[in-house]
Amino acid sequence: MDEAGSPGADAVYARPVGRPFWLLAELTYRCPLQCPYCSNPLSFARHHQELTSSEWMRVISESRALGTTQLGFSGGEPLIRNDLEHLVAHARGLGFYTNLITSAIGLDERRLAAIAEAGIDSVQISFQASSRELNDAIAGCTSFERKLQAARLVKARKLPLTLCIVIHRGNIDQIESILELCIALGADYVELASTQFYGWAKLNRDQLLPSREQVQRAEATAHRYQERLAGSMRIFYVVPDYHEERPKACMSGWGAVFLAIAPDGTALPCHAARELPGLAFPNVRALSLDAIWHDSPAFNRFRGESWMKEPCASCPERAKDFGGCRCQAWLLSGDAANADPVCSKSPHHQRVLEAVERAQQQAAGTGGAAPWTYRNPANSRTVI
Amino acid sequence: MNDACQGAEGIISLGHSVRFQFEPAQQAHVLLYPEGMIRLNDSAAEILKYCDGTRTAAGIIAELKRRFPDADLTAHVHEFLETAHGRGWIARS
Repeated sequence: MDEAGSPGADAVYARPVGRPFWLLAELTYRCPLQCPYCSNPLSFARHHQELTSSEWMRVISESRALGTTQLGFSGGEPLIRNDLEHLVAHARGLGFYTNLITSAIGLDERRLAAIAEAGIDSVQISFQASSRELNDAIAGCTSFERKLQAARLVKARKLPLTLCIVIHRGNIDQIESILELCIALGADYVELASTQFYGWAKLNRDQLLPSREQVQRAEATAHRYQERLAGSMRIFYVVPDYHEERPKACMSGWGAVFLAIAPDGTALPCHAARELPGLAFPNVRALSLDAIWHDSPAFNRFRGESWMKEPCASCPERAKDFGGCRCQAWLLSGDAANADPVCSKSPHHQRVLEAVERAQQQAAGTGGAAPWTYRNPANSRTVI
Repeated sequence: MNDACQGAEGIISLGHSVRFQFEPAQQAHVLLYPEGMIRLNDSAAEILKYCDGTRTAAGIIAELKRRFPDADLTAHVHEFLETAHGRGWIARS
């Protein structure tokens, strides 16, 4: 290591590779829901050959050995995998804190009992809206009543319950009744997750991006409930980054703390990263997680700061936000190594402003938007 | 009896969604809860070992005094328990 470098540069070079504290196990891309903002890749229907039970067991063991503590079983809909409870038991036995992240479709009393007995630590259920009509319209399937029933079953078992609601133009004005629903169901945690515009959500951005006024009202409501419910229900409000001047610290940095494994074993530093061009993401079928995390070119590509270009490279905020989101940089500027265009210092910031301006016009009734494209296998095969 | 006394007399357990464990990879105790983790320093870990649903704050302090007879830790423990309660790491009943 060059000792003559500036203190700042030394700190960066000396920064050790961290541990993957978070393992997101996307067990399957199959899902009964068709949400138009799904975080699965647009190409999900082209990826087959789900990992087997024994392959997942090995991945889970290897991750635990790397020091991972949090494990999210997700998808698609993880309940579609009939080995879910065996994987939960395996993970719990290794000391993981295990989180089930589900649409709740398939979470009846018998299945929940099996998963609870396997040692699940917390259950996160998605809601699409606070009314049956809107919930089912966004999900593209009849699901609201089943979500209500599943949430009550989780509470009856005294398991920690998180409710996650992806927020967008179609439901943002319901935020107060959404929070009232969360209170009525006894949620311990609530995630109001403003839509992040990659993949399906980017495809449907003109239908989903809220106006500035909608965001301001929603934030005020969320903060009011946060204060009122402090100590009983924790509300996390994910800021809608298109309406900000600075980018989010995406994933707390590339390859820093987060590791996602796709259904086919592809290892990703972020579940949206799969569609970034020019990166060969490693597969757990070919390499150990240790080798993937520490040595693979894909996981090292955007670690630290040496990859940064201007305006990030000399920006005083680069250690705070890591230049923002690589997927967003690629989607909006054509180069994943550029600054996230959400940043007002980005030369591509205008593209974010243009999208927000279209949202303003639609809110004012002066711009129309076509119906959104649902996330389903048929659309996955045709949209790209 | 005022509220502060009631708080001091209540039985202390870990928060509803919280797990306390030793992490070999970090050589530290941690608190785990949905999608989150707190890495604990040694004194926080020593206190939380006794927040097991069988002791009041006074009982926890008595245990710690037995183990660390030379330390003056009453104020520190009360301060930590207040913080831990505010963050949902512990519950009082």
